[in-house]
Amino acid sequence: MANKVAVYRKEHFNAAHRLANPTWSVEENERVFGKCALPNYHGHNYELIVKVIGEPDPETGYVIDMKLLSDLIQREIVARFDHRNLNLDTVEFRSLNPTAENIAVVIFNLLRPHLENKLDLQVRLYETPRNFVEYPA
Amino acid sequence: MVYLTRIEHFNAAHRLFNPDWTTEKNEEVFGKCANTNWHGHNFELYVTVKGLPDPETGFIFDAKKLSLVIKERVVEKLDHRNLNLDVDFMHGKLCSIENLVMGIWQELLPGLPERVQLHCVKLVETPKIYIEYYGE
Repeated sequence: MANKVAVYRKEHFNAAHRLANPTWSVEENERVFGKCALPNYHGHNYELIVKVIGEPDPETGYVIDMKLLSDLIQREIVARFDHRNLNLDTVEFRSLNPTAENIAVVIFNLLRPHLENKLDLQVRLYETPRNFVEYPA
Repeated sequence: MVYLTRIEHFNAAHRLFNPDWTTEKNEEVFGKCANTNWHGHNFELYVTVKGLPDPETGFIFDAKKLSLVIKERVVEKLDHRNLNLDVDFMHGKLCSIENLVMGIWQELLPGLPERVQLHCVKLVETPKIYIEYYGE
């Protein structure tokens, strides 16, 4: 589809988390997750890049109105996760380890139903300036 | 004088909270930063020292040694920790980055050789917020 264009919107949220598998012992969690398993949590400035792909609308020239996309991310993602503890304060990670991988999948699944079917979606999440993940791969 | 800056980083949780206040008052003043279960940041720490280049090495201070001082004295205590709960030099203090940066200064000072002066500790909390402390 030669006419498809990708548009990107960046947003961010700051949150606490820890990595742990509740079915494992403390020692096993420390062995696998290292200091990310420390019991009192740590945190990150998460940078979120949402990529939407589609053909520009012939009437507006937009793939999607960036303001509407921003509002959607603010409402569905930032309002949910910003200044929260991902393990304790969110239903999404009550029984799901909040790795960057899982957070990206959760974000995708929260946004997807709000976008038209003809649009493709990809989520890139920076946990630190050096660690980032993409979904779908 | 010549100035040398070394950048290190750590990821940590914290909350802004005055234990003498009610929950409502804390929320009013600190907003979402008062969230009971913490939030967190990727902190960037800039440590600037000043001095004159050593005649034998040309260095004010070996940047690798400065990195080790910062890591051993500060980053080890802060990285992947809860700043309110886990950090000895923050006990009893409000966990703002202002207080944190002053605490970091005190931790670093004894780790530096006499001929090197600590000039500035700068702590970047988010891409839009940072604090500088000059020991004044």
